[in-house]
Amino acid sequence: MLVSTKWLKDYVDIDGIPVEELAERITRSGIEVDALIDRSQGMTNVVVGHVLECTKHPEADRLNICQVDVGEETTQIICGAANVAAGQKVIVARPGAVLPGDFKIKKAKLRGEESNGMICSLQELAIDSKLVPKEYAEGIYVLPEDAVVGSNALELMSLDDTVLEFDLTPNRSDALSMLGVAYEVAAILEQEIQQPTTNYTASTEKAADYLKLRVDAKEENPMYLAKVIKNVKIEESPLWLQNRLIASGVRPHNNVVDVTNYILLEYGQPLHAFDYDRLETGEIVVRLANEGEKMTTLDDTERTLQAHQLVITNGQEPVALAGVMGGANSEVYDGTTTIILESAYFTSATVRRTSKEIGLSSDASVRYEKGVDPNRVEAAIERAAGLIAELAGGDVLEGTLSFDELDKTPVRITISPDYINNRLGMKISLEEMISVLNRLKFTVEAVNGKLVIDAPTRRQDIRIKEDVIEEIARMYGYDHIPMTLPVTESKPGGLTSYQKERRTVKAFLEGAGLCETLTYSLTSEKSVGKYALETAPTTKLLMPISEERSVLRQSILPHLLEAATYNVARRNDSVALYEISSVFLNEGEDGLPNEIAHVAAVMTGTWVDHAWQAETKKVDFFVAKGIVEGLMEKLGMTEKLTFEQAALDGMHPGRTANIYYNDERIGFIGQVHPTVQKERDLKDTYVFEMNLDRILDMKLSNILYTPVPRFPAISRDIALVVSSETTAHTLEKVIRRAGGNLLTNVKLFDLYEGDNVEEGKKSIAFSLTYQDPERTLTDEEVVKAHDKVLAALTSEAGALLRG
Amino acid sequence: MEEKLKALKEEVLAKIKDSSNTKTLNDVRVAYLGRKGPITDLLKGMGKLPPEERPKMGALVNKIRESVTEVLEERMVKFEEEAINAQLEKESIDVTLPGRPVKTGNHHPLTRVVEEIEDFFISMGYEIVEGPEVEKDYYNFEALNLPKGHPARDMQDSFYISEETLLRTHTSPVQARTMEAKKGEPIQIICPGKVYRRDSDDATHSHQFTQIEGLVVGENIRMSDLKGTLSLFAKEMFGEDREIRLRPSFFPFTEPSVEMDISCFKCGGDGCNVCKKTGWIEILGAGMVHPNVLEMAGYDSTVMTGFAFGMGPERIAMLKYSIEDIRHFYTNDVRFISQFHRTEA
Repeated sequence: MLVSTKWLKDYVDIDGIPVEELAERITRSGIEVDALIDRSQGMTNVVVGHVLECTKHPEADRLNICQVDVGEETTQIICGAANVAAGQKVIVARPGAVLPGDFKIKKAKLRGEESNGMICSLQELAIDSKLVPKEYAEGIYVLPEDAVVGSNALELMSLDDTVLEFDLTPNRSDALSMLGVAYEVAAILEQEIQQPTTNYTASTEKAADYLKLRVDAKEENPMYLAKVIKNVKIEESPLWLQNRLIASGVRPHNNVVDVTNYILLEYGQPLHAFDYDRLETGEIVVRLANEGEKMTTLDDTERTLQAHQLVITNGQEPVALAGVMGGANSEVYDGTTTIILESAYFTSATVRRTSKEIGLSSDASVRYEKGVDPNRVEAAIERAAGLIAELAGGDVLEGTLSFDELDKTPVRITISPDYINNRLGMKISLEEMISVLNRLKFTVEAVNGKLVIDAPTRRQDIRIKEDVIEEIARMYGYDHIPMTLPVTESKPGGLTSYQKERRTVKAFLEGAGLCETLTYSLTSEKSVGKYALETAPTTKLLMPISEERSVLRQSILPHLLEAATYNVARRNDSVALYEISSVFLNEGEDGLPNEIAHVAAVMTGTWVDHAWQAETKKVDFFVAKGIVEGLMEKLGMTEKLTFEQAALDGMHPGRTANIYYNDERIGFIGQVHPTVQKERDLKDTYVFEMNLDRILDMKLSNILYTPVPRFPAISRDIALVVSSETTAHTLEKVIRRAGGNLLTNVKLFDLYEGDNVEEGKKSIAFSLTYQDPERTLTDEEVVKAHDKVLAALTSEAGALLRG
Repeated sequence: MEEKLKALKEEVLAKIKDSSNTKTLNDVRVAYLGRKGPITDLLKGMGKLPPEERPKMGALVNKIRESVTEVLEERMVKFEEEAINAQLEKESIDVTLPGRPVKTGNHHPLTRVVEEIEDFFISMGYEIVEGPEVEKDYYNFEALNLPKGHPARDMQDSFYISEETLLRTHTSPVQARTMEAKKGEPIQIICPGKVYRRDSDDATHSHQFTQIEGLVVGENIRMSDLKGTLSLFAKEMFGEDREIRLRPSFFPFTEPSVEMDISCFKCGGDGCNVCKKTGWIEILGAGMVHPNVLEMAGYDSTVMTGFAFGMGPERIAMLKYSIEDIRHFYTNDVRFISQFHRTEA
């Protein structure tokens, strides 16, 4: 909503209050003033001129040489506009003037002819081209004949004005009208408002003799008023009216349409004017549309209607889409002489639905959607009839065609001062409350110590006690509310164990060198299944903005890889990122997908970078695996953790493992497939993704201290030659099983393939630790246990002992 | 005999003096003081002396041995010191060379902001509650006093999955779910999480962003309690000198509704580019829980009242760290994220 302060002065006295202060006070009491727009933009030296002569420039076809009377003198101005002509009153920027955009006007010579200033278009005065009346859209603006030569054109155009731009919350539909704003400002300033006046003399002819009215859709349209005005003369509106519309962001058209728009701005009540003759039938019938019925709206667009949409018809075909837009077939045009003026109450639900369905929003529909004042429907049509009579010379026929089943009684709220004070934590007296409510023009009475309040119907947002509390608080001032803390049962706050563990995971991964990232949950159909741990139905948006963000992801890695590519492309060559986020498997109960938190990481480039000591190491599988193992160790979950070679889509078949905990697959780890790396412009890249919820679900065990061993441990190393296919894990399993209780630790310390080892074989060495917590082991005991291990390795793993 | 001894002593001392390192010095010791050295021989040969001379000669030999040993030890210590010094000199390094880097990562700036807020409210007795990102229309809108067709639904264009489910547009549905689950009991919670709106991404809009909300429900919770709580929060988050002001606003799920501004932490309220010359910065929305919301969740709104507040960690991070484009949070440039590595005042 754009509020011209010059216009606002019609209703409330704001002289003497700096506009900045006014805006601040309005903002502090409830309506946010987003901007103050100084329409003069510092312009000076812009006057009314009279074009006395206008001839073609001898050297330039498109230029005109004008002799212009600017009051002080008659001077020559070259004008390039096609519509300039002798006899016109025009806006002249004199030499020395500064127009918006720091456009300085100077004396100049144009193709040898002197030019002392510029004849202006409205655009040059910083008026948006969308608001410039169509006939002046391509050229200079022509003033009315009575404009006084030499006078200040900015004043004449009402550009000496500051417009307040409101950022209205949806509840304050009352402030979608100048009168509503006036009530608010008057309440703030503790003033009374000046109501607009209506006066016209009705003709002796009766409207009912010209027009019949029937409403067939009473629920959607509980009130409809129509007036007939004859002998109107369609022309340009007077300048004051055009100025006010432009200041409010509405383009002037002609006197009749402008009046309907003016009243919409003043009262918040949308009006519509039909050409009586083009209506043809002398009848208005309001009904629901027939399914598939077609009509062309004022914007020359053909609309196909649905059966629940409300239309105004001439008894045969639609002539307007109720509350949204008029029809082209009944539009007022230059030749219109008789009009039907409509003022109606369409319910917000019907207008909202129609407006949304056909994708058309207008100044009228916006107001209907938010709810208009039932008590202004009639006042608005009377005021409009009076203005049309005055400005378009019409004869308003006697009587108003009326259908009215609209409930106009105000909402009554009974509330005790204690209730108000308890909710606010304040001590406002009954008298002060009444005074605030009176300022807002609420009807209020104190009955048995309670306030009985009738909210004005323009305030559609006042429905319950809390609404009244807010009115009192905002007018009284939130600054006066004291600061206290809730008195509640004292209990400790905190994180759940899941939340704590998740923080532990983050801390571990960051300590291990990974940076946390956040990527989008929405992804493309193409990547949704990639790297997913489970195959599940997807969760798709009904109306995505783009294919790239159309479905909820089932794995984090695709976006993490994207982040890696983004960084590598910017020469951040070493990337180590992780993310903890939900993935969405559309197999949940009650219509919602299962949301499962995953932890995923991507690593590429250098891992250890200490180049001057020749310690530079690239990321490899074991760097990534070490992080996973370290994380699981942090969670006390190493014992049942296993890795098994796996072939997974998009992963290097020889360098990928599934991760199992207690034989349940909880994730995978490995190198991204070289072809995928190439597609994504990445060098060797290692990733893992695990089901974090599942990991944290498995009850973490408590720490139970075991005594630090008091007896020495004995270690024995073994070196084996085994088939290249035999995994370290297999050998370790054999060793542990054969070693029995005395074997407390097995550590792989050497691995070798190549020269001196037979093709297809590898040399592998373990260090075994034997220990008994209760006593010192004898040599014989260790030898016995160790021999068992060696025997098992030979027989079960086909190992050949070396050395 | 005495002469001989004297000559021997001179000889040894000369050898000690000639020694230039621990090795040659040690050779001297072995040669003269060792088991096969001349002094030992002398002592061995004592038996051949007449008994009355033995004590005198014995004392003399011992004295010579002691004095020689002392000189030798002194010399030895000196050589060892020199050797250590030489070694140390050789081992000297350029301490200005860079150390081996410890590779660590860090929180995403949004996590940092969220955890800071969480921790403050945990210290005030709040619990942290999370909820699903795909929500039912009921919890996202209806239970929050936003029935179907409510004009305020326009404020948040939503990503629907079906007629009845959508990506949550705010974290408020967690409040609705919590109230429903607590069945009339008092509540003190903070709800952080991801939310989604049907916006095209640009410098100030993101179709995915984060929110963090608070809810307190109890007997006779007042608007002054909200103001007091938010004031403490503002001081904790933005500095001890921060003042707050409340401005009337509108949210369907609270009544009265307010926006909270804090005095600008950059200029202190004098007006600068951060506060757009107003001295105030809008930080969050809040209000008293709407009675319809309480009643729908099964609370008797005449007895139980509450307040709620909600804010955007992106906005707070952007203000705190002077970040100009919301997209930085989601492109994950390491040069951006790693700036939030260190601690700060």
